[in-house]
Amino acid sequence: MEDNVLNLGGVSFGSRLFTGTGKFSSNQLIPHMLAASGSQMITVALRRIDLSSPTENILAYIPDNVTLLPNTSGARSADEAVRVARIAREAGCGNFIKIEVITDMKYLMPDNLETLKATELLAKEGFIVLPYVLPDLPLAKRLEAAGAAAVMPLGAPIGTNRGLETKAMIALLIENCNVPIIVDAGIGRPSQAAEAMEMGADAVLVNTAIATATDPVAMGEAFALAVRAGRMAYLAEVAGESPLARASSPLTGFLN
Amino acid sequence: MEIYINGKPEETGPSNIHQLVDKKGLKADSLVVELNRQIIKQTQWHEVHLQDGDRLELLSFVGGG
Repeated sequence: MEDNVLNLGGVSFGSRLFTGTGKFSSNQLIPHMLAASGSQMITVALRRIDLSSPTENILAYIPDNVTLLPNTSGARSADEAVRVARIAREAGCGNFIKIEVITDMKYLMPDNLETLKATELLAKEGFIVLPYVLPDLPLAKRLEAAGAAAVMPLGAPIGTNRGLETKAMIALLIENCNVPIIVDAGIGRPSQAAEAMEMGADAVLVNTAIATATDPVAMGEAFALAVRAGRMAYLAEVAGESPLARASSPLTGFLN
Repeated sequence: MEIYINGKPEETGPSNIHQLVDKKGLKADSLVVELNRQIIKQTQWHEVHLQDGDRLELLSFVGGG
């Protein structure tokens, strides 16, 4: 089964599994996870340093052949997201930016309106914009028109590992959008990543489920296999369901 | 003079950004510096002298999803 290569803003990705750097018990696991999973895109965040106990440089753990996807987490408005994006680019992180604007601190739901505003501004500045949103078809079309390189709908709230709770809405995006759809947030198991890929998602972004597994390196590989299996199944076109049994063997009696 | 470092006021003598980073014992390789909303590249740290009322942000990349 022939597959085309995922392309975002002119950059090709051989792996349809994107990963994140948050929540690892040790940052030293990150390069091993990347090697085991084959992931070629990984998220990072930007924060004020704690002057009393500066943290280590996360970028030191990411090999050169992996594309950085800085996020705008911590931004509460489009303006703040734009500020973070500009800083990340100036700091040498490249043109990719995941827009994450969150005003609801209970469910960590993305603020779709502020995200749209930030997408419009940053796409004009030449960023390769990947907005993280609640799956909403009219909004996704507006993001597309604003120059988003992909749309990243959530499957379930960040870090919940509950899988594709928004499956029906994501399906509408996959069916109707021209830009790639990358399911981000909520995917807790490889089977859920496979499910997203089977239904035609172009990629998935998985952080918590890998980083907080007992063995993040093995889990990274498990997700990579699931993403490949799901993609292959999508391309092979899944067989239809039937309300009644349909015999796989001849229905005639054995000796008739 | 008083400058704001990561939102907190701090008394400091005359210095450029390089000297301040050094005094704070920060590792330069992981540091992103924004002064009054402008990114200051590491190569310019020597040249940029802090002034009273400056707002300095000392940032770095951390793990995130």
